[in-house]
This record gives sequence, C-alpha cells and structure tokens, in this order.
Amino acid sequence: MSCDHDQQRRQFLARGAALTAAVSIAPGLMLYDFARARPPGEAANPAVRWGMLIDTTQCESGCDACVSACNKENGLSGRTLPTDSQWIRKLELQQEDTGRKISMPMMCQHCAEPPCVDVCPTGASFKRADGIVLVDKHRCIGCRYCMMACPYKARSFVHEPVTDHSGATPRGQGTVESCTLCVHRVDQGVAPACVEACAREGHQAILFGNLNDPNSAIAQRIRSVASVKLRADLNLDPGISFVGI
Amino acid sequence: MHHKTFAQIEIRYFYLLLVLGLVVVLGGLLAAQQMEAHGHVISGMNNQVVWGLPHVFAIFMIVSASGVLNVASVGSVFGRHVYKARAPLAGLLSLALLAGGLMVLMLDLGRPDRVIVAATNYNPTSVFAWNVLLYSGLFATVGLYLWTLMDRTMGGWSKPAGFLVFIWRIILTTGTGLIFAFLVARQAYASALLPPLFIIMSFAWGLAIFLIVQFAMFSWNELQLNPAIQKRLKNLLGLFVVSVLYLVATYHLTNLYFSRQVAFERFILAHGGLYTALFWGGYVVLGSIVPLLLIFMPGLGQARCVLLASLLVLVGAFSLLYVFIIGGQAFPLLIVPGYTVHSSFGDGQLASYAPTVFEWALGAGGLGVAFVTVTVGVRILNFLPHDDPRQPMEGN
Repeated sequence: MSCDHDQQRRQFLARGAALTAAVSIAPGLMLYDFARARPPGEAANPAVRWGMLIDTTQCESGCDACVSACNKENGLSGRTLPTDSQWIRKLELQQEDTGRKISMPMMCQHCAEPPCVDVCPTGASFKRADGIVLVDKHRCIGCRYCMMACPYKARSFVHEPVTDHSGATPRGQGTVESCTLCVHRVDQGVAPACVEACAREGHQAILFGNLNDPNSAIAQRIRSVASVKLRADLNLDPGISFVGI
Repeated sequence: MHHKTFAQIEIRYFYLLLVLGLVVVLGGLLAAQQMEAHGHVISGMNNQVVWGLPHVFAIFMIVSASGVLNVASVGSVFGRHVYKARAPLAGLLSLALLAGGLMVLMLDLGRPDRVIVAATNYNPTSVFAWNVLLYSGLFATVGLYLWTLMDRTMGGWSKPAGFLVFIWRIILTTGTGLIFAFLVARQAYASALLPPLFIIMSFAWGLAIFLIVQFAMFSWNELQLNPAIQKRLKNLLGLFVVSVLYLVATYHLTNLYFSRQVAFERFILAHGGLYTALFWGGYVVLGSIVPLLLIFMPGLGQARCVLLASLLVLVGAFSLLYVFIIGGQAFPLLIVPGYTVHSSFGDGQLASYAPTVFEWALGAGGLGVAFVTVTVGVRILNFLPHDDPRQPMEGN
C-alpha cells in the first residue's frame, strides 16, 4: 500500500515536472511554430510566409544578444567599421517631438515586393516561395545595385577576403549579403539565431512564425495588437512588423 | 618653316600621346587587379556609399558617349551638312567613351570575373540588365552607322542608320537615368525628372568633348575652323548648358517644395561641405555660368574661349555627378520617419567617403581607353571633319 502510494507520488512528481518544463519551455516554442522540418531537396512551401513581429517595448537598450548570436551563427566578425558586414544591428531611436526612446533590431525586412530582387541584373537576389529573400552567392557579380535599392540598409558588401568560414552560411569577397532569416535553421525546424538569443535573454522581443497560418502565434498576435511595417508608404509589404513605434 | 618642322616630328608626338594614354590605361588595370586581390576595402567605398568615384567616371563616359552622337544625329537625321561632316568623328568618340565607361563599370564589380554571369543570367525587371542590351546595342548600331558613312556603296543607308542610332541613344540615356529614377529608397533619386535630365546632360557633355577633340585635331593639322561653324557649335553648347541648368534647378526646386525632401536639399545646397562646394562652385559657377560667359559675352566666343568653355563644362559634369551620386548616398536613409536614429551601421549619420588612389586610377584608366581609341582612330581613319567651302550654310 505504502509502496503503491509512493509510486503514485513519483508519477505525480514526474508529470508535474514534465508539465512545469512544458509550461516554461512553451513560450520559447511558441515564438515560432513549425508544422515540421523541411526535408532536403523539397522546395520551399509557397503556402508559408515566414515573418517576425518585433515588440520594441520588450527590446532592451544596450542588449545586443540578437546581434552577437547572428554574428556567431553566420561567421561574421562582429566588427563595425563602415566596410564590415552587419546582417542585424540595433537601432537606438528617439521620437523627435516627444523624446520617447526606443531600441530595436533592424535587419532585412524580407519584403513581399523586394526592390533588391527587382533591380538585380543577374537574378542573384531572389525571394523564396516562403518569402525569405536571399542572395545566390554564385550568381552575385557584386554590382551593389541592390544596396542602392534597399530602403532599410539591410545589405552589406563583403569588402575583404573571407578567411573565417566557421558560420553556417556561405560568404564570399566581392558579393552582397544580408540576413537570411537563418534559412538553414528554419528548414530544419529551428528558429533563427536572433530569436533564440532574445528569448534566452528573457526579453521575448522577437516573435517568429508563419504569417499565413491564422492559428500561428505570430498571426494571432498581429491580429490582436497594433503593429506597423517600416516605410509602409513604399508598399513593399515587409515580412517584419513592429510593435511600439 | 614651323609647319614643316612640326610635320617632321609629328609622329613622335603621336607616339608620346599613345604611350601616355597606355600608361594611364595600365594604371587603371593595375588598380582593378589590386581591388580584386584585396577587396574593395582598399577603396573609399563602404556599406553606405556603395558606388564611388569609379561610377562618377563610368557614368560620365556612358552619358557622354550617347551625347556626342548628337552631332551625328543632327547631320544624318536632320540633314545638316555641317554636322554630317562631323558624324564619323562623333561615332568614333561615342564608341571610345562607351568602351572606357563600361571598362570602369565592369572592373569595379565585386566579381569582375563573373561578368559572363551578367550576360547569361538576365533578370527582365532590372534596368541594369536592360542596359547590358542597350550598351551592346549602341556598339552595334554605331558600328553599322559608321559603316554606312565610310562605305560609299552604303551611302543610301546612312540616314536610316543615323535614325536608328538617334532612337537607340535616347533610349540608352533614358535607361541610364532610370538606374537612379527607379531607386525608391534614397531621397536623392526616385524622380521622373532624371531620364530627361540625363539626356540633356548627355547633349552638353558630349558636345563639349566633341569640341575639345575637334579643336585638338584642327590645331594638330594647323587648320582653322570656319568661324560660322564655330559660332553655330558654340551656340548649341550654350543652349545645352542652359537646358541642363534649367532641369537641375527644377529638380532641386521641386524637392524643396516637398517638406520630406527639405533636409536632403539643405544638405546638398547649404550644409553639405564638399558636396555643397562642388554643386555651387564646381557645377553652377565653373561648369555653367563661366562657360556661358565665355560663349556669349560680347568680345569672347573665339576658338580658345570655346575650348575653355568646353573644358569647364566637363569640370561641371564631374562636379554635378559627384554631388548626385556620392552626395546622394552620403545622406542617410529615412528608415523610421519621425525619429532620430543611431546605430553601429551609420544609421542617421552622414556617411563619409574619400576616394583612394585605386579609384582615381581606375576611373582615369577608363578615360585612358577612350583617349587611346580616339588617338589611334583619328590617326588611321580619315575622320577630320572636312567642311566643303562651297556648301552654303544652312539656317539655324
């Protein structure tokens, strides 16, 4: 009897621990919602549109966890000379009339109508079926027209020979590069490095997911809070939205 | 006596010029090789000012390559004999300038070794890709036109060929203007005024180059240009300079009317340091007003005045392009309107740009290609404008 009671107690503790773990991990998991990882060789799903909702009220000034994580993931030096690549950066904003201060990450906005893709002479700049805007490093001739065309200053030109290939993304001198939305992770069902780093810091400022799935956390949140897209006047339909601007 | 002496040593001058031109070309090629080996980090360009001095040179040459054909068009399309006598030289200058400009543009690419990719992968929505066709087409159409001018059996075709060149170059310069006009991102560009501005700039700069080369050729051969022809050509240059000034003024005045553009205009016109100085001093005063005085002031307007005016128009051209291309990029992007912004990536800050010796060398190398092509071309081909003294002067 006592043994049976003890077993029940153990089961209760185990279930309780599992439930506690689920409750604590769930917000992290809810940051992105994948149906499944994409098998190699399978084309990107046009029914999906990956996007982000950035809550500037949760983004802490001075925190650059997202930037560091991106640099580490993609093998960027982290240097900030005008000739160095920065795929994601922190903007420190101050409203001109009220003086209100905002901190937020800035990266490729993965537009539905990307000007970089329109202007690229060789088609090296392209948009995947699931909305991720990328550069084909084998096709880029380094003309930098996409950098002229991008309203978000999202792209960097590799000004020097690349010696450190530790990152997951191919890079090459003389070509243009930008945030890939960590496409290599997304295809494996893992959230982008910046999203994970932000959650790890406890800020939860970046929500990532499928904008086309009405049941996804990001779609539900976008329906329930006021958000804006940057330079909405240009009608480029960016995949990244912001709360608190 | 002097004539005989110069004729004897003239060949030496020719080779001296040729060697000088080739040295400049070699310098450009070496600079490009260095930029490819070490990356664009050895240039002054960066992630904010992504197109630098080489683009100023390249666009100057490509725009001028189109404009210099104006002389040929007036001759062939509108049947003016004075201009038709100059059409072969105009065609040669056009091909030379286009070759120089394209060389600079291609060697400034991050991956010039992949230029074949640009020819084999074609994005139809890119105005850059259209321009690949337009530039190659200009080589073909001007080549065809020169053929009809030089082969007497083809003489009847020179008018349609000239018309084809006329249409092609107008479309080509429209395409060059559209490279900037299609850029919604930056405040300096995204204006439908740019294609017509580029076309009229091409007329002025192309004619200025033509007049300089014509002066050099006539001096070299110790000939005097017919004063009536001189007068007509200088008046035409003056008209083009005024037209460019008008469109540039319209561009800035319309911008000043839009409150969202006022900060940018203040930067270019008042507080932009080098850009402001180049705009007013380089373009407006030296590149426009002084040439107009040299052309139209009573007592001036002689051959040397026109030569100086033409040279100053080119000084103005470089100044205007530098302000337009580099000043336009130096002004920060307006990503979050209503906020001041700071970041590690230069957001909200005026970008600094200082061209390095590699960029100067590459740009000059393009001019060198044009110079060598013209020097050899006029030597081996009879392209000196021959004015028929019996030909009555047409009305203006």
